[in-house]
Amino acid sequence: MVTLNHYLFVSGVLFTLGLTGVMLRRSLIVIFMSLEMMLSAANLSLVAFSRFNLVDGLPNYNGQAFVFFIITVAAAEVAVGLAIIVALFRARQTTNVDDITSMKY
Amino acid sequence: MAWLLLILPLVTAAVTALVTRKNGSVSAYISVASVIATLAISVLMLLQGTKDGSSFTWIAVGDFKLNIGLALDSLSRGMMFIVTFIGTLVHIFSLGYMKGDESKGRYFACLSLFMFSMTGIVLADNFVMMFIFWELVGVSSYLLIGHWFTKNAPVEAAKKAFLTNRIGDFGFMIGILMIWGMTGSIAFDEMKETASAAATAHSKMFGIAVLCLFCGAVGKSAMMPLHVWLPDAMEGPTPVSALIHAATMVAAGVFMLARVSFLLSLTEAAQLIAWIGAITSLFAAVVATQQNDIKKVLAYSTLSQLGYMVMAAGLNASDAAMFHLYTHAGFKALLFLGAGAVIYACHHEQDMWKMGGLSKKMPITFATFAIGTAALAAVPYVTSGFFSKEQILVSAYNGNKMMFFIAGLVAFLTPFYMMRMFTAVFLGKPRTDQAEHAKEVPSVMNLPLIVLAAVSIVAGFGVVAKVVLGEHYVHAAVPFEVLFVSVSTMIVGAGLGFVLYRGKESEPLPVAFIRDKFYLDEIYIAIVRVFQDGVAYVSKALDHHVVDGITSRGSASTVVGLGSLFRRIQVGNLQAYAFLFGAGVILVVYLLVFA
Repeated sequence: MVTLNHYLFVSGVLFTLGLTGVMLRRSLIVIFMSLEMMLSAANLSLVAFSRFNLVDGLPNYNGQAFVFFIITVAAAEVAVGLAIIVALFRARQTTNVDDITSMKY
Repeated sequence: MAWLLLILPLVTAAVTALVTRKNGSVSAYISVASVIATLAISVLMLLQGTKDGSSFTWIAVGDFKLNIGLALDSLSRGMMFIVTFIGTLVHIFSLGYMKGDESKGRYFACLSLFMFSMTGIVLADNFVMMFIFWELVGVSSYLLIGHWFTKNAPVEAAKKAFLTNRIGDFGFMIGILMIWGMTGSIAFDEMKETASAAATAHSKMFGIAVLCLFCGAVGKSAMMPLHVWLPDAMEGPTPVSALIHAATMVAAGVFMLARVSFLLSLTEAAQLIAWIGAITSLFAAVVATQQNDIKKVLAYSTLSQLGYMVMAAGLNASDAAMFHLYTHAGFKALLFLGAGAVIYACHHEQDMWKMGGLSKKMPITFATFAIGTAALAAVPYVTSGFFSKEQILVSAYNGNKMMFFIAGLVAFLTPFYMMRMFTAVFLGKPRTDQAEHAKEVPSVMNLPLIVLAAVSIVAGFGVVAKVVLGEHYVHAAVPFEVLFVSVSTMIVGAGLGFVLYRGKESEPLPVAFIRDKFYLDEIYIAIVRVFQDGVAYVSKALDHHVVDGITSRGSASTVVGLGSLFRRIQVGNLQAYAFLFGAGVILVVYLLVFA
């Protein structure tokens, strides 16, 4: 049987992979993709909760509605974030995050 | 009516200082009028024998009452007469001496302030009131010494006088507090009753208390080691020197000792007082033999005579001390005013070797100065100084033979240095142009000299002295040895002075060590400098390390340290921030869920 725990485990793994990517990858676009992966991990766990906590025999649609909101917010965030990356590239000619250290003390 | 004695000079001082300051002549006449009025009142009191002294309570705290009151016994009546009499003559003399001075108004205001303060000391009936006026007299002295404050020397001299006085006053204050604690009272008449019980109960403390009281006299009457201010105080105008530093203010110390003579007679510490007086007397007489400035000679002479008085007071012969104070006031004021006339006539020249032959040019001054010199040297029977000095020599003879020997030495040196000065200034031929062109001073300055000359002759006779001194007049039997010593030292001293210094152009036997006052001034300056530098060094170290270390440098360095600690978090690396952010979230979740 595939239970709630399996879905949550997968969601956790996805989230951790995304977090590791954010902390360890050097390219800004890859960091951004990892960020998106963290968001989808959250989506997955929400949908899993919605499916496994039944209300009168039907799934709890609150979770699924929340997922829609998250997807929308993620899309908006991508738009803004890519705009920032493009501006940063135009200013520094690099997307390597190790080279952006002008706020160092 | 006795309160007028205090109020008149105070009002005069206020008026001349605030209202008529710019107009010198008006201030002068107001001051002279006021002091003549006080003279009249004090003569009246003296002749009537007024004993009524009123007082009112100034501070009352629980059981303690501090009065401002007047004590009118024969001691204060006599002293009051001396103060106002000499004060009047000095005021009249100042009319002439300070004629061309541009700050006459300020001068007379300060003189009136001095008369007020001195009156307060004389009439005080308790120690605290006396102390207040004691300090006021110091202030007046400071103001008057520094009258010509645009020059440096008077300013330094005034500072020195006030600071030295202050050191003495510190001891004085401690003495007053100790006596108060032991006898339970600060008023003189109440103290008299409880004093002997207190002295037997705590004899050592009582002796120390009396010595502390004596510190006040050491400061005010310029005994060693605080004698250094009096010769420097000659930077003030000569009438000031006559009034304050010869006749009255420096006598205040002796007066105080006479006032509390009942305390001195109860303790062995009075011996030390007498020794200090004797040593000062000898030291000053020795230094006076080498001074070239006529005012300095007279200053050291004053020191020496004050030493005599203090010695007598220490030997429980305070009546002899008061007698000598009274005659000394007369002839010393005469000598100072005479010196003032000479200085005025020689256009403010004070070096005796630049004078000479003035006997022909200024006959009245010459005659009166001769009488003053004779009185100081104690020419037998015809001068007042003889009678009072004899009484002092008698008390020394009866008290302590060593002190009698020292007193005899001083009695030899006194006519010696006076004859030296007299010969150099008045006899022989004029040595400079200024002396050549000197002429007699105007009568406003001559009249006080003549009056004082008459006083110097008659003041010693019993009839006159009994009126002024009342029950304090003393005429003890004079042993033959004392008479012999007193007359022979006078003859030998005067003769030697005349022979050695006749016809000389400058000091024939200069001894630098004596002339420079045994280098005591330089030693004092070195001591003060060492202490000041030491204290300054310690204070600076304390201030820099302790005070600043805690407050300004401490807090600053703490902030800087913490700042440099925290800025290491600003690495500028995006992923480091992300890591810290994540770690923070995990910590919050843990704390919320599991703890």
